[in-house]
Amino acid sequence: MLAQTDLAKLIFGRLTLDSLPLHEPIVVYTFVAVAIGGIALLGAITYFRLWGYLWREWFTSIDHKKIGIMYMILGFVMLLRGFSDAIMMRAQQAISFGDSHGYLPPEHYDQIFTAHGVIMIFFVAMPMVTGLMNFVMPLQIGARDVAFPFLNNFSFWMTVAGAMLVMASLFIGEFARTGWLAYPPLSDIVSSPDAGVDYYIWALQIAGVGTLLSGINLLVTIVKMRAPGMTMMKMPVFTWTALCTNVLIVAAFPVLTAVLALLALDRYAGTNFFTTELGGNAMMYVNLIWIWGHPEVYILILPAFGIFSEVTATFSRKPLFGYASMVYATVVITVLSYLVWLHHFFTMGSGASVNSFFGITTMIISIPTGAKIFNWLFTMYRGRVEFQLPMMWTVAFMVTFVIGGMTGVLLAVPPADFSLHNSLFLIAHFHNVIIGGVLFGLFAGITYWFPKAFGFRLDPFWGKCSFWLWVVGFYFAFMPLYVLGLMGVTRRLSHFDDPSLQIWFQIAAFGALLIALGIACNIIQFVVSFRNRDKLRDTTGDPWDGRTLEWSTSSPPPKYNFAFTPLVHDHDAWWMMKKHHYQRPIGGFVPIHMPLNTGAGIIMGGLSFVFGFAMIWYMWLLAAVSFIALLAVAIGHTFNYHRDYYLSSEEVTRTEASRTELLASHV
Amino acid sequence: MSEISTTLPGSGPAKPLAFYDTAEHHPVNGTLLGFWVYLMSDCLVFACLFAAYGVLGREYAGGPTAQEVLELPAVAVNTTLLLLSSITYGFAVLAMQRNRQNPMLVWLVITGLLGAGFITLELREFAHLISIGAGPQRSAFLSSFFTLVGTHGLHVTCGLIWLVVLITQVLRKGLITANKRRLLCLSMFWHFLDVVWVGVFSFVYLMGVLP
Amino acid sequence: MSAHDELHAHGGDHGHDEEDFGIHATLGGYATGFVLSVVLTVIPFWLVMGHVITKSSTAAVIILGLAAVQIVVHMIYFLHMNAKSEGGWNMLALVFTIVLVVITLSGSIWIMYHLNSNMMPSMMDPSNLP
Repeated sequence: MLAQTDLAKLIFGRLTLDSLPLHEPIVVYTFVAVAIGGIALLGAITYFRLWGYLWREWFTSIDHKKIGIMYMILGFVMLLRGFSDAIMMRAQQAISFGDSHGYLPPEHYDQIFTAHGVIMIFFVAMPMVTGLMNFVMPLQIGARDVAFPFLNNFSFWMTVAGAMLVMASLFIGEFARTGWLAYPPLSDIVSSPDAGVDYYIWALQIAGVGTLLSGINLLVTIVKMRAPGMTMMKMPVFTWTALCTNVLIVAAFPVLTAVLALLALDRYAGTNFFTTELGGNAMMYVNLIWIWGHPEVYILILPAFGIFSEVTATFSRKPLFGYASMVYATVVITVLSYLVWLHHFFTMGSGASVNSFFGITTMIISIPTGAKIFNWLFTMYRGRVEFQLPMMWTVAFMVTFVIGGMTGVLLAVPPADFSLHNSLFLIAHFHNVIIGGVLFGLFAGITYWFPKAFGFRLDPFWGKCSFWLWVVGFYFAFMPLYVLGLMGVTRRLSHFDDPSLQIWFQIAAFGALLIALGIACNIIQFVVSFRNRDKLRDTTGDPWDGRTLEWSTSSPPPKYNFAFTPLVHDHDAWWMMKKHHYQRPIGGFVPIHMPLNTGAGIIMGGLSFVFGFAMIWYMWLLAAVSFIALLAVAIGHTFNYHRDYYLSSEEVTRTEASRTELLASHV
Repeated sequence: MSEISTTLPGSGPAKPLAFYDTAEHHPVNGTLLGFWVYLMSDCLVFACLFAAYGVLGREYAGGPTAQEVLELPAVAVNTTLLLLSSITYGFAVLAMQRNRQNPMLVWLVITGLLGAGFITLELREFAHLISIGAGPQRSAFLSSFFTLVGTHGLHVTCGLIWLVVLITQVLRKGLITANKRRLLCLSMFWHFLDVVWVGVFSFVYLMGVLP
Repeated sequence: MSAHDELHAHGGDHGHDEEDFGIHATLGGYATGFVLSVVLTVIPFWLVMGHVITKSSTAAVIILGLAAVQIVVHMIYFLHMNAKSEGGWNMLALVFTIVLVVITLSGSIWIMYHLNSNMMPSMMDPSNLP
């Protein structure tokens, strides 16, 4: 009997049947729904015999365009999960007043707000930003792929493994109840002995490896693989922001890795970094994690700035106003973002000199951001502005982001922060900049580059419905939180006693409902556009009369991107080519050097998931086995020297000839 | 090389402006730069661990102090081993540049042995500390000490595994370009660990035992 | 058009098969680096183990200074750093990293020192200080 429990412990660790949340009806219903949906999806894939196609063309693909699209899909799926968390919280807060305690028990509510933050930042915003950079940037610089194509595939699957761990926590065990940054001592082993924080740690560590590697990859791509003639100051602005973002990723994510490793040591090995005894100091965790956390904010927003720059220039039919100042502003933000981290914890009590230093640096960082806003406005000024969907998102961004930026400067004043810290005012502020900045930017970018990726435009009617619901819904959902924050309501509460506050929460819940409809319109938009794809087809490759090199290729681009490497003479390379009546090359093609697909990335991602899961549940045997397997696959992959091939010139000729036909048929 | 695809309109007898390169275009290999960027990010991992040690390194919590547990003679031996392994790796790179495979392999093996000696000594130091009740759980000082020094040791261990893999690959494929590039990456890694060790012995050991 | 000339200059860059890694290690370089780092290692060990300097703060400054010099020696002679390798990107990355390392280290120590002196004055007992 004893031997049996020992064996069970060795194999299953602390995972028992009790870990399954069968006692929570909401989770059980969700599980049933997800299971039915999942089985239907898998069944459909099997029925249509798509497994081979998916494996060959997508899962093992090292094509930056396909990996970019897979990142976007991951981000969108996780957006649905993160948003269901959001609407659950809004519903709970709208009804949980006085005697009513709402429908969510506190321990469940705490998991929901933690999961919402973690998912939205790490598994929605990050994959989408990485996905857009992956898809667009190599095309913009005239490259055929990224610098390390295999690493790109591996990074993607590591991100997926992290996302899967978060999803697994929904049905096996529980997620952290600590807030999205898991501050100790709440997240230490004494206060959170269950698996929740371990899910958090391992999901972020595994996804973090992917993020770091893709940061290195894209950084080297921009440095090394620009088309001849594209000097640094001739790069498209989106590529510039991608460069700075990847610099930030490379320089910030190691800090997250280190600090989460220290937290993991505290929890697994009994060390005393952030404990409350034996010399540990929990504030050191807060200090270190914000050294990552603040640059992270700019990792998300800088690519959005790049998208807005491209969109504004394209739809104003003018070159971007103040290109150089835009670049310098981006670089200044990159450096300054490392000097402001303490403004996230002014109230911890480090005194006047420290607080005023970081307050001032925070105010300074708003200056380059303001410069960018003026650049976009001056680009529009006297331009022939065309209010297509991407431009609408951009204008909505400019209005919304300025409000969010100004409340940010308010929070940068330490005395004001002392009363606003951890209040709903802060929540309103960062949703204002993240939704109004990052998310609107992502939607602008998705609408803008969708025809490039799939060969047909998104349906504008449903896009506009989604746009108005999102924008109006955003204001309904978050303006009340500013009011509540000024009245002193703090974040992360699942119940309120003062009935006079309820109306504001109900307005916010109404806003969340509008956003839900906006997301529904997004989905309808994808479906409708797919069904009407023939009508929405982009045969030119340049549906918006664009300015940068990605529009010189067909939509979708051939797998080699450019039959001949483009030569660049100025910024807005494609605009200049069009002005000089550029003639597409139609012959004389040479074989093209291409990387080969490989399954190593998805296998290693899968093994990392197993390893993370085993570590979470203390299944030491499985952890050891999967770790050794991971190491073996990684080393085995380095013995594979046969990683590339030549695409024959006949195939290039064939592909290019079919494009010539397409172009001729739709003049 | 570049085909003339169009001319600037109105510029008279044509200043040609090419928009694509008809020759096959080889982008420069980015592996060495990429690896350097990785090392820089690793540097920041160590920066955090150094920061943790800097903040927590005097939190003895009534337990053993740095003066009591840190033994400089052992560290001096360890430093010597690592420094010697750096120069022997240098000799391996010199042999590689002259395409002399066997001397290079000999130098790599010597490097590996020196690295293994370093790890053995470090493990013995750790085992000794734990046996006298000065394990990583005892105080924040010891937590940060073990983590910082241990992370460096873990990197050296990874370097050793990589070294073995590379020796195998050179034996199988010879000194081809891909292998040379890998040898240079490992060279950077190995010397980078030496740089970190300079920080460790100065900041942790030497400054730790100062009265 | 100057951009045009630039293109041709760039075009000349590629085309050779045997890859040149841009690193030219020499025996003299390694030997110099080794001798310098031995000297720079021995001095601080001797200072501390021989109790040469009694004042801790002076010794600490000297140790850190020598460590900084030794790191530079390693960078130049072992890691072959110079302003030109990889078109200057190596150096740029290094400088940026050093700035961030300094910010992380000094910032953390500064912040946490102030925190402790404000919030836990009892822990700032002089006997606990270095």
